[in-house]
Parts: sequence; C-alpha cells; structure tokens
Amino acid sequence: MSENTQVAKQAETGRSEATLMPPVDVIEDVAGITLYADMPGVPKEKLTLQIEADTLTIEGEIGLSVPEGMEATHAEVGLARYRRVFTLSKELDAGKVAAEFRNGVLKLRIPKAEHAQPRRIEVQVA
Amino acid sequence: MMYRSLFPRDMFAELDRLQRELQQAVDVSPSIRGLAGGGFPAMNVGSTPRSVEIYAFAPGLDPASIEVQLEKGVLTISGERKSELPPPEAKATVHIDERFAGRFRRVVTLPDDADPNAVQASYRDGVLHVSIQRVEAALPRRIAVQ
Repeated sequence: MSENTQVAKQAETGRSEATLMPPVDVIEDVAGITLYADMPGVPKEKLTLQIEADTLTIEGEIGLSVPEGMEATHAEVGLARYRRVFTLSKELDAGKVAAEFRNGVLKLRIPKAEHAQPRRIEVQVA
Repeated sequence: MMYRSLFPRDMFAELDRLQRELQQAVDVSPSIRGLAGGGFPAMNVGSTPRSVEIYAFAPGLDPASIEVQLEKGVLTISGERKSELPPPEAKATVHIDERFAGRFRRVVTLPDDADPNAVQASYRDGVLHVSIQRVEAALPRRIAVQ
C-alpha cells in the first residue's frame, strides 16, 4: 500500500513537466465511447494508459531513431512526451476498456455499463 | 508601497509559471515560417555531416499510400488521411474533432549537396523518416599544406 502511494506521488511531481497535447477525436454511440489519439513516434512499449477512479490518463514517450551527431535545424515537435487527461462519466465501464495502438494512433473503446445500455422493453399484450 | 503587498514575490513566480504553461499549450513562439504545428504532418528536420534527416509526424497512414517525391532539390511528401468520424446518418455524436483528415502535402527545399540518388524512406510508429545522403565531395576535407 505504501509503495502505491509513493508511485502516485512520483506521478504527481512529473505532472509539471512540459508535454505535448495529442489531438483526439471522441465519438459516442449508443453502446459506448470511441477515442482516437494521434501520438506519432511513440513505440508501443512507451505508451501508458491509466484509469484511476474516473480519470483516464494517456501518456507516451517519443522514441525516434536519430543518427549520431544529428543537429536539429527545424523542429515543429519540440517535446518528447505526450500527455492528456480525461474525466470519465459514471455510466462508462472503465473495467472493459479495449485499446489498440497502430502506426502512432491510439484507439480506445470504452463501453457503457450494462445498466446504461439501451434496452428494448417488450410490451406484453394481455 | 501598496503594490508591494499586492504582489508578493511568489506571485510573480506563479505568473511566470502560468505564462510558460500557456505558451506551451498554444505554442505561439514566433517563427518566420508562421505558426508551428499548423500543418499536417508536423516536421522536424536535422542534419549530420553525411546526411539530411527529415521526420514527418504522420500517424495512422498506410505506408503504401504515402508519396515521397524528390525533384530538383525539392522534397514533397503527400498523401491522404481518412477520417474516423462516423457518417452523418450514423447514430453517433462527435464530442471532440481535432485530428487532421483529408489530403495533405508538405514541401521541403533540400540543401544543394543533397544526393537525389541516395534517399531512404521508412515509416515507423506513425513517423515517416526520410534520410538523404550528402554528396561525397561536399564532406569537409583536410587539405595538406605543402
């Protein structure tokens, strides 16, 4: 337990570090929410997804293979980390998140909890 | 004396930090080429004594659909990125729509010593990396003094 709190503290201090904000698309349909995030340059093993209570944190570190002795002459991507935090609403089932990461695009599917799914109620004819 | 008590030292530090954060968020650093990050894909360019390295941050593309052309010392990267947004008739709501979709094209003028016959392009983790070798003769050489 104490170890956990220490990890949490470390994450908190790291928050002040400057990061890139990945652009996202968020689409909601009847069964859940789909989120796409652009995080080019992040290898799969450097991507971190965290859901804690109702907070979703997406983080990634850029790992480019740069030849030795390269001097940057023009940089539009000036930082090496992406980070973005979202607040989830109650009807979303954080335990059933499915994540896919391909070619620098993260796709998250967060289904709605069963009680929030649309249901068709049969009308009984007496 | 009044303003001294109104603005204690700590507050300036706080404001400074806030300003830096805001600047980071919107990236308004004045560049001669306009606002950085406005185009798709974002590009980083670097150079070594032997090569010119170009990194285009273009996630979510099929590598086969990216066109990289080199003509008269001008490198053009173009292609198309499909939208992931649902069609209007679908029963879905778009809450945030920030990602780029559509055709794109970016052009870079290469230095004179770039060798058009020694170009390599690779696509990994959503980044297109184009490496152009410099012509041998352009390498700095030490000339012996007689």
